Amino acid sequence: MMLLNYSQPLELTKLIKWFDNLLRASLPEFWTLLIEFVVVALALLAVYVVVALLLIYAERKITAFFQARIGPNRAGKWGLLQSPADMIKILLKEIIKISRSDRFLFFAAPFFMIVASFATFAAIPFGQSLHAIDFNIGVLYVIAISSLGIIGVFLAGWSSNNKYSMIGAMRSGAQFVSYELSAGFALMTIVVLSGTMQFSEMIEGQRYCWNIFNGHISSLIAFVIYLISGHAETNRGPFDLPEAESELTAGYHTEYSGIMFGYYYLAEYLNMFVIASIATTVFLGGYLPFEIQGWDGFNQIMNYIPSYVWFFGKTFVLIFLSLWVRWSFPRLRIDQLLNLEWKYLLPINLLNIVLMVLLVLTGLTLKDLFGIL
Amino acid sequence: MNSLSKYFLGIYTGVKSLLVGMSVTWKELWTKKVTQQYPENRKTLVVSDRFRCELTMPHDENNEHACTACGICQMNCPNGTIDVQSKMIETEDGKKKKILDVYTWDQGMCTFCNLCVITCPSSAIKFENNFENSVFNRRKLIHRLNNEGSKLREKKKEVKPAESKAE
Repeated sequence: MMLLNYSQPLELTKLIKWFDNLLRASLPEFWTLLIEFVVVALALLAVYVVVALLLIYAERKITAFFQARIGPNRAGKWGLLQSPADMIKILLKEIIKISRSDRFLFFAAPFFMIVASFATFAAIPFGQSLHAIDFNIGVLYVIAISSLGIIGVFLAGWSSNNKYSMIGAMRSGAQFVSYELSAGFALMTIVVLSGTMQFSEMIEGQRYCWNIFNGHISSLIAFVIYLISGHAETNRGPFDLPEAESELTAGYHTEYSGIMFGYYYLAEYLNMFVIASIATTVFLGGYLPFEIQGWDGFNQIMNYIPSYVWFFGKTFVLIFLSLWVRWSFPRLRIDQLLNLEWKYLLPINLLNIVLMVLLVLTGLTLKDLFGIL
Repeated sequence: MNSLSKYFLGIYTGVKSLLVGMSVTWKELWTKKVTQQYPENRKTLVVSDRFRCELTMPHDENNEHACTACGICQMNCPNGTIDVQSKMIETEDGKKKKILDVYTWDQGMCTFCNLCVITCPSSAIKFENNFENSVFNRRKLIHRLNNEGSKLREKKKEVKPAESKAE
């Protein structure tokens, strides 16, 4: 690790260290921690909202480009103020209370969704020392917490007292439960490869050889399966049948209005970001730059680009991929959807884990073959 | 064995067709954008000649039009948007003659069916494609089509009906 200490002028590590030392110098331990927790929470919330707004903007623009349109271009330069304007609009709208609905569950449901997505968001390493929660079982934590969101979907469907909502929620449940399995197995394949469930260790292990290269064929299959199932988990793209507007008006969030609908909207976009960033962290080396062992000059140049830029760049590429898929393929039927999971993805995934175990045991990963650190 | 090979063939053809689809959308991403940005592109805007927006009565350089005030357009208008006011004058050789006084057209009631233009025996009126006709007051939609002090075009009087019959 000593030879890795290149100068990295744009990293936030020093700033965070300085802030920590400043607090510790003047305040007792308890207050230092309290203030830091609050600051971290506020920073995460701010990033959450900003990322969501940027994603909505990017989605609308890229969607437009795929359809030979221009997209939002009136509010502000290149339409940049469009999503803040939409946010203000949705905040000002009335929250309609449905008569003959289960009022408590109806209003509790969006919070399950948003809390689940926010709790996963907090576990993502955004850059060097920009990592709020670093559990030693990070991968497990992410899988477990992100699946809480389905409770929100179910509650919404049930408490709305609306057949469309109910059918949408049921479809969403079937979809989520099936594809969560695939996503989990794809991540487990990489856990086998990297030998850890902690995100920080997993990233450090990918310094000179990203996991997607390290496990070559097996990693690639796991990567593709993770992207497909992640896509399905977020109810997007060709898998958006829980909210298929031609059949179910808007699916499980048909009856929601105002900011309650906004929570679902926000959570959906953030789940897309969370899936892309977990794929980045697990498969594409997270916030680490692209480096090749031995090419010190090249590595130094790559290191000048700050880690959070690398992270968001890689994540954006994956998000672009998801949009590309979304505007290429037609929506699946529910039986096709379940066929894809149970007859194709799951068996392939199980075989893939066995293949990965064999690769690791027989020393056929790229790191073993070429002696990379 | 047959079903197994079918399974793998299915995966292969499926992935292949998905990749073909993605290549198509990738090309579509770089095509020229077709969006018309209206108020900015006024200069290059192309409106079809047959697009009917505003009824006009063409006047030549002598401030003369072709309307004989026969009132056929007024009779044919399904909504009663046209009002032809005529007056009787006495010509130099002592004959009485009906000429056009005021020709008004209510754009707010018009359905742009073109019946007035089709039936006009003198081809005196036609639809132009100036489509920016919004005004702040409904009364401003009532247009007077003949200019102040305009006259009937005398010479071409014989030519015009023949033309319109040929049509």
